[in-house]
Amino acid sequence: MRNILAFIVRFHFLLLFILLEVVALAMLVNSTYFQQSAILNTGNAITGKFYTSASNITGYLKLRRTNELLSIENAILRQGSDISFLKSDTNTFWKNDTLYRQQYNYIVARVIHNTVGKRNNYIMLDKGRRFGVEKDMAVITPNGVAGTVVSVSENFAWVMSVLNKHTRISARIRKNDQMGTVVWNGVNPSVGTLNDIPAHVKLSRGDTIVTSGFSNIFPAGLMMGTINDFRVEQGEHFYIIPFSFSVDFNSLDYVYIVRNLMKDEQEELKKTTEAQANE
Amino acid sequence: MNRLVFQNIFRFILLVLLQVVLLNRINFYGYLNPFVYILFILLLPFETPGWLLLLISFVTGFTIDIFSGTPGLHTAATLLAGFARPTVIKLVGERDEYNASMYPSLHNMGLKWFMTYTFILVFLHHAVLNFLDVFSFAEFFRTLLRIIISTIFTVLFIILIEYIFVSRKEKR
Repeated sequence: MRNILAFIVRFHFLLLFILLEVVALAMLVNSTYFQQSAILNTGNAITGKFYTSASNITGYLKLRRTNELLSIENAILRQGSDISFLKSDTNTFWKNDTLYRQQYNYIVARVIHNTVGKRNNYIMLDKGRRFGVEKDMAVITPNGVAGTVVSVSENFAWVMSVLNKHTRISARIRKNDQMGTVVWNGVNPSVGTLNDIPAHVKLSRGDTIVTSGFSNIFPAGLMMGTINDFRVEQGEHFYIIPFSFSVDFNSLDYVYIVRNLMKDEQEELKKTTEAQANE
Repeated sequence: MNRLVFQNIFRFILLVLLQVVLLNRINFYGYLNPFVYILFILLLPFETPGWLLLLISFVTGFTIDIFSGTPGLHTAATLLAGFARPTVIKLVGERDEYNASMYPSLHNMGLKWFMTYTFILVFLHHAVLNFLDVFSFAEFFRTLLRIIISTIFTVLFIILIEYIFVSRKEKR
């Protein structure tokens, strides 16, 4: 017993270091779980308030650009509304509810913290559980996809930016519907990579990449970017396609959080099918 | 003694604020990411007991982690810097004439000593931080470049901050 005590006293510096380092590494390895835990949510609440006041100041600097984006979007929306159509006959327009059922609705939020310089970037939004934000909701801008919600507190949401090692978004090339996966290789915040497109497909620079809508998270057809370049590595069967993001991640301000109203139904179906297959 | 504690608490708050408000927002094509808050660990007094040094490192790293939403990342890196600090001080060479309240600043130790000391610890800290962040050796050289550039900028920043404080002390 005395020997053990003597040992602990003698090596207390090393032992304490190992103990604390294990605690730190455990937090790091479990970071996805930790982001939902109480301590980080308390942290979120404090930092959220803090970033809100910082962002209130910097928000003014972006007003011009934000207004521009909003008016462009307004114009597009106005084009689609009934008042901009001339009635071609005497019939009245009806919105047919059996043909179109609403699948997505949108919550407006403001970016209060955002990074683009790290390998794994996160965004903080000023809307949380109180406004109906939940984990795994999509976050988009008028220009395209921004990220996925990974954790929510009462008033704030943490969003995993597309500029993250864990990003995997199912996407397709608009002109020929070829399916692939969007990832980010960590170098340039304006360039992403599209993988898994078979090498026999014909491509050209400037082709548009949009979301496929297969993930239950992102609606289909959202803009992701345009192809810069494409190549096939020796002995591979798939393209590596660097493309420019349509979103400028460095100047994110207002975003929409997308809620998929049919997500539960989709996942339920998937689960029961898989359960049947396993029997 | 009390003055020393207050001085360090004041420095802690100042450096954390500088890091979170200003430096966390700086980036340059994904390669430049200075973490100047490590200066707080560098400037702790020589006589800080080992266990206290480790606990302070842990708390410092954890504070930065909470503000950047990266649990454990800065904690692990700062902890290693705190652990390595006594060894690095021995390695760079201690001065005989320091007293208990003295701390390893540019003013106390001279430019050459301070720069070597800072460079080793900052490099260690940034290396652990970046490799843990990427969590693979697949992008080894890209990560290394990121580490080297960030280290250079952090060291420059620290020397600059130290010069501002030194010149103020001499005027008094």
